[in-house]
Amino acid sequence: MKVTSRNFKEKSHDAMQDPDLRAALGRVKEGFTTARSVAASELPEFEDLRDKARDIKDDVLENLDYYLEYFDEKVTASGGHVHWCSSAKEAKEAVLKICQDVDAKTVTKGKSMITEEIALNQFLAANGIEPIETDLGEYIIQLADEPPSHIIGPAVHKTKEQVTELFYEHHQQYGYTEREEDPEKLVGEARAVLRHKYVTADVGITGANFLVAETGSTVIVTNEGNGDLTQSLPKTHIVVASLEKVIPTLEDVSTVMRVLARSATGQEMSVYTTFSTGPKRSDDIDGPENFHVILLDGGRSEMIGTELEELLRCIRCGACMNHCPVYHAVGGHSYGWVYPGPIGAAINPQMVGLEEARHLPNASSFCGRCEEVCPVRIPIPKILRHWREQAFEKQIAPKPERWGIELWGFFAKRPVLYRFATRCASRILTLVAGKKGRLKSLPFGKGWTSVRDLPAPQGDTFMGQWQKKQKQEGQI
Amino acid sequence: MSDTDEKLEVALFVTCLVDINRPSVGFAAVKLLEQTGCTVSVPDAQTCCGQPAYNSGDRRTTIQIAKDVIRNFKGYRYVVAPSGSCAGMITKHYPELFADDPDMLLEAQDLASRTFELISFLKDVRGFEAKDVTLNKKLTYHDSCANLREMKVVDQPRALLGGVEGLELIEAEDREACCGFGGTFCIKYSEISEEMVDRKIDNLLATGADTLAAGDLGCLMNIAGRLYRKGHTMKVLHIAEVLAGMGNAPGIGEGTDQ
Repeated sequence: MKVTSRNFKEKSHDAMQDPDLRAALGRVKEGFTTARSVAASELPEFEDLRDKARDIKDDVLENLDYYLEYFDEKVTASGGHVHWCSSAKEAKEAVLKICQDVDAKTVTKGKSMITEEIALNQFLAANGIEPIETDLGEYIIQLADEPPSHIIGPAVHKTKEQVTELFYEHHQQYGYTEREEDPEKLVGEARAVLRHKYVTADVGITGANFLVAETGSTVIVTNEGNGDLTQSLPKTHIVVASLEKVIPTLEDVSTVMRVLARSATGQEMSVYTTFSTGPKRSDDIDGPENFHVILLDGGRSEMIGTELEELLRCIRCGACMNHCPVYHAVGGHSYGWVYPGPIGAAINPQMVGLEEARHLPNASSFCGRCEEVCPVRIPIPKILRHWREQAFEKQIAPKPERWGIELWGFFAKRPVLYRFATRCASRILTLVAGKKGRLKSLPFGKGWTSVRDLPAPQGDTFMGQWQKKQKQEGQI
Repeated sequence: MSDTDEKLEVALFVTCLVDINRPSVGFAAVKLLEQTGCTVSVPDAQTCCGQPAYNSGDRRTTIQIAKDVIRNFKGYRYVVAPSGSCAGMITKHYPELFADDPDMLLEAQDLASRTFELISFLKDVRGFEAKDVTLNKKLTYHDSCANLREMKVVDQPRALLGGVEGLELIEAEDREACCGFGGTFCIKYSEISEEMVDRKIDNLLATGADTLAAGDLGCLMNIAGRLYRKGHTMKVLHIAEVLAGMGNAPGIGEGTDQ
């Protein structure tokens, strides 16, 4: 997708003016946060499980080469193929080649953030292959030609009325000529349209929540069952996954799964958890004849051993954005690339460049709620601060900001001068405010006073008053 | 409670916002500390904990300021700050800053182990109870993110406020949400901050309380400033002022003409 992170301020301004979006974000805030909190409180060992999940992911990252080779070996042994791809371009070309080899015209797709990341749909379409999203949310935004605004609820920004219009516009060709307003019937309509696509698709593409090293299985966790139809009906199943998705054992999968759905939607488990191990075996009744795993690095191995390594623990649950006051205010599209919310603010500068994404790590009050709810305890604020430091060092942060901080630092390091300057400033502000006790505007303080009054100081500074008091009491 | 019988020398880390904007919070802190038998010193060379630089990515300046703070507060049994945010900077982030400098790391850890946020120090270390304080108000308490998540100072302020005669404590909805201050964030991203503070204010006003207290002046200045901008008249105080019996003085941003 086109990266627009540079325009974060403008996009967030527009987003905050959009009443439909505000209503939708209100539902995210209320629904997901309450559900997670209930689910977490009902499981006494939830906090211990978070520690275990973190440790499992850390072990994976420490021994990534070992687990990936193990996984490859097992996939191959079960009759599948693993394609190691270092870049998005390589991954897309590998997918295209597999599709072309089976002369594919249409592919169905399960929900997958990684295919959003590499913009696979656009690439397939440009090469004459029609991609069809089958997750309801993904299907809706595909019709609307928009990127996802949330990693587990891609169309969370859409209202029911907007879906009615989209379906009316796009489903007339299938004989649905009336505007349908009932949500249940809208779902039925999408299901009927998609059902036909599943059976006629040549290839099914899914992502993976986990790649299990000990069995060579890929795992998807879904709520709609669309992923299962996507991967079992067409003759070819392609799994696209980034390499940090590998996990050592089935036991580890079950540990991480216990924190995944609870953190994401507050469910104990998602409705469907599907393990795919190789293509259809001779005595299987159904399943794909060809099974391919596209294993994508996409800049991830570079992050190992750096301040960013902990980001690779992410299991894409969305809890950070569900609890983020900035996300609640601006929505997912403001972030300008595939990953929104705190995790996006932390990872996008690595993926699209700090210069492009410099606003994202800055647009945080460091409230710390993302880290508090992250099931694998990613220290997101620490990583956002890392980016701020990089931006400062590399002079990507705007000059007035850098000079302002350096000027302040100059004084803060010189107590006598600082004392003099703060005493002058306090007294002036107190005088200007007079009896009102606050200021409505300040010549250099628009950032503050455009939103709020500035409570005025109380005359002399504390340090000034304290010293006077000490002198009066004869202690100096 | 083991220290309550001896005179303890406590150094007050005033914090830059209290120093410049609300000295009465500093004097309230001194009064409360003295009430629990402490002798309060105010090291002369202190300025700020360095958060503005730290959160802006200026690590070099942050380290220089942190070194100054460590030097200025050496030798005191306890260091107390009327702010969860500044106490958190010293206790949690100073050691991180010197992770690669073993000598300074020891010094930073030493300071961190002696540093406390005021309210938790009063309650947990000094066994303070708010006796003989009266404030006939309906009050709601705002948890700053630093106190809530970094310092875990949540129960102590409520316990102490519970001892104030005449005070009715009413809890707001969505207590865990940030008020939108975030230091330089509220200036650089003022529109987003506005959205956040408005949501906070809606929840605070919905309590029907006439007074707001919190333990961090940054949040309080942000919330008070926005309340006044929107024409509300809730009285805004630092919790130290309430506990020190200074709750009837003009609130933050209130002035003397009302």
